[in-house]
Amino acid sequence: MIPEIGHFALVLAFAIAICLAVFPLYGYLSNQQGFCATAKPLALLQGLALAVSFGVLMYGFLAHDFSVKYVADNSNLDLPWYFRMSAVWGAHEGSLLLWALILAFWGVAVALFSRGIPDHMSALVLSVMGMISVGFLAFMLFTSNPFVRILPFSPANGADLNPLLQDPGLIFHPPMLYMGYVGLSVAFAFAMASLISGKLDATWARWSRPWTTIAWAFLTLGIALGSWWAYYELGWGGWWFWDPVENASLIPWLVATALMHSLAVTEKRGLFRSWTLLLAIAAFSLSLLGTFLVRSGVLTSVHAFANDPERGVFILGFLIVVIGGSLTLYAIRASKVSEPGEFAWISRESFLLFNNLILTVMAVSVLLGTLYPLLVDAVGGGKVSVGPPFFNAVFVPLTAILVSGMAFGPLAKWRQSEDPRLFRPLIVTLIVSVVVGLAWPSMLDGQYSIGTAIGVALALWVAIATVVDVVKKVGLYGGVGTTLARVERGMIGMWLAHFGLALTIFGVVMVENHTEHRDLRMGVGDSQNLGSYDVRMTDLTVINGPNYVADQATFEIYQGDALYKTVTPQKRRYNASGMVMTEAAIDSGVTRDLYIAMGEPLDGGDWAVRLSVKPFVDWIWAGAFLMGLGGFVSITDKRYRQRVREEKEARVAEGAAA
Amino acid sequence: MNPKRKQRMLIILGLVSGLGVAVGLVMYALSQNINLFFTPTQIATGQAPSAQLIRVGGMVADGTVDRDPQSLKVAFDVTDFDHQVRVTYEGILPDLFREGQGVVVQGRINQGQFVASEVLAKHDENYMPPEVTEALRQSGKLDQMKGGQQQ
Repeated sequence: MIPEIGHFALVLAFAIAICLAVFPLYGYLSNQQGFCATAKPLALLQGLALAVSFGVLMYGFLAHDFSVKYVADNSNLDLPWYFRMSAVWGAHEGSLLLWALILAFWGVAVALFSRGIPDHMSALVLSVMGMISVGFLAFMLFTSNPFVRILPFSPANGADLNPLLQDPGLIFHPPMLYMGYVGLSVAFAFAMASLISGKLDATWARWSRPWTTIAWAFLTLGIALGSWWAYYELGWGGWWFWDPVENASLIPWLVATALMHSLAVTEKRGLFRSWTLLLAIAAFSLSLLGTFLVRSGVLTSVHAFANDPERGVFILGFLIVVIGGSLTLYAIRASKVSEPGEFAWISRESFLLFNNLILTVMAVSVLLGTLYPLLVDAVGGGKVSVGPPFFNAVFVPLTAILVSGMAFGPLAKWRQSEDPRLFRPLIVTLIVSVVVGLAWPSMLDGQYSIGTAIGVALALWVAIATVVDVVKKVGLYGGVGTTLARVERGMIGMWLAHFGLALTIFGVVMVENHTEHRDLRMGVGDSQNLGSYDVRMTDLTVINGPNYVADQATFEIYQGDALYKTVTPQKRRYNASGMVMTEAAIDSGVTRDLYIAMGEPLDGGDWAVRLSVKPFVDWIWAGAFLMGLGGFVSITDKRYRQRVREEKEARVAEGAAA
Repeated sequence: MNPKRKQRMLIILGLVSGLGVAVGLVMYALSQNINLFFTPTQIATGQAPSAQLIRVGGMVADGTVDRDPQSLKVAFDVTDFDHQVRVTYEGILPDLFREGQGVVVQGRINQGQFVASEVLAKHDENYMPPEVTEALRQSGKLDQMKGGQQQ
């Protein structure tokens, strides 16, 4: 009975979404306030209905209701409760439900925090979000219903969650990523609303800017969590594989990064208006494309679920409607967009234009590389695959170009840089970063790497320039405290994000060029040298976990003669599915990770073992965390709070007058 | 032409030519870095180029996995149930590598053997890489395979 409540709530949400898509738009077009006013309550109701639906599915998992097919396929009596909760979004149907729930959540957020925005505008925004919701809920109800039952012969036990997903990383990675993906729908909806209303000045940019920033921050954290999860759970110590599904999240991230920067120009200077609109459309369309790539299984990927083509066709159709519809509207309206004002060749605008150009090219190249196998196959060219060499060859130089310009932007003034002395601090920055960068690889073991020298120099270039900017502002305001209080929060966010990117680049350069890595055959009593350590295998045992049996090796790591640490990597075999998983032992440190993983059992009781030293690998994710943090700091700016406060005061005043 | 319009023209020209150059370079890089896919039959009948990095997909034939007792060297046959290809590899095989499972290997043909630099098996047991499905479909053994799985 209870699963039917969830199913019913889903149908209800679908009905509400249709109303939300139609009524406010009709109200706006026919100029009837009453219809416009339905937008916010409908958005709230939709959120409520989907929360109920989601809650029911989660209850099904917690209560072991194996009469629900989705639960039976993805849970098990032995599965711990926290993995039963995250199993809700562990496969296709449930992750779609999470997608829809988060979309509704963003709708609720817009309904609650859009008081500074004219009613007809927020009605249009919510209406557009309702249309997206209709598409997704129809997709769920007609092709991927998570509440399908197995009755009357429901299984006594479930098939278990894919062991790869039985990991704390999965509890947070998809929700974070979806918050980002779906959050971009808000910027998209604002762009659509301003296109529909024809009010194409810069106000929509001001409204959608905090939403874009927060979605971007979630997307950043989501991608970083996914990369971290792949690092320790996929078993082989890589942090990025250029897998199509990873690319599907990177492409919207690149476009969203460009959008964030171009929104700044549109808000502050009223320029790049039509370009910003196009980016807002592109960012969300590309996250939809990402969803399509993940869900349809058209590309070979570690993320591909067993899938059915009908779903792919549905999402493809939806994709065509969204992209086609929005671009058509754009084509009709964009000619009316005026671009007032000018800027000098050396100005903050020109550097942000440079940023946008490079980021767009990066996004297009990753997109081309990802879709190329599909294109070749479609024209009958046979099956091909595009691997990391292509992406590295294209992405790395573009990143270098992008980063080399990053130090100038924050120092340049809007409109024009009257004063060339503005860039004087960068001369010292340039000298320091080049000298240290060139010296750095010679301090490392092994052959001198020019790639490392360039990478380190670029990371330092951005990091030092950011610090210089901070110091300059602190000098201007006379103290750290006053600076933090007086300067715009967006500025602080930018410092954090730019500094974070420098950390990430440094980590990437070090890991990619200086990882020490060996695959070996080892038995109990064998000892191997690993960097400045000695690693000895001392024991092999069998361990019984809650829902798996594991071979566990014990390794003692010695530094000289002193025992530094004992670690226990495992090779697990999950009971229900029979799947084998590698649990690597990782000793994390600021300057390096020691990575030990068991490969496969060999004859005579030996094991294939992978030993690695990964220098500065954690800096990759630390940097991404700073970027995300920067996004969250930005949206706490007084500008955004003040508007709400003014609204409140206005309403209190109104109340007093009445 | 007024200065504003002139600036905009220059920017647009710059953008278009920049994008054009970028797309050109990307396409060139792509043509240099794609790995073509072949079936075991195509390799056995000599249709695949040797010494070029290619991919082969199929099933790991039962009873063909040989390990070197001293090192991490391993050899096995990949089959589409029509023809087999002997694959050699040195390193750690993926967790889901098993006899009778679908696998995609990347490497080069060297004197009749396929020397793999990478072995890919998928993380979901029910999931079959599209390349493998394609190889089995071409050899006409896909239905037989599906039937076999249900037993």
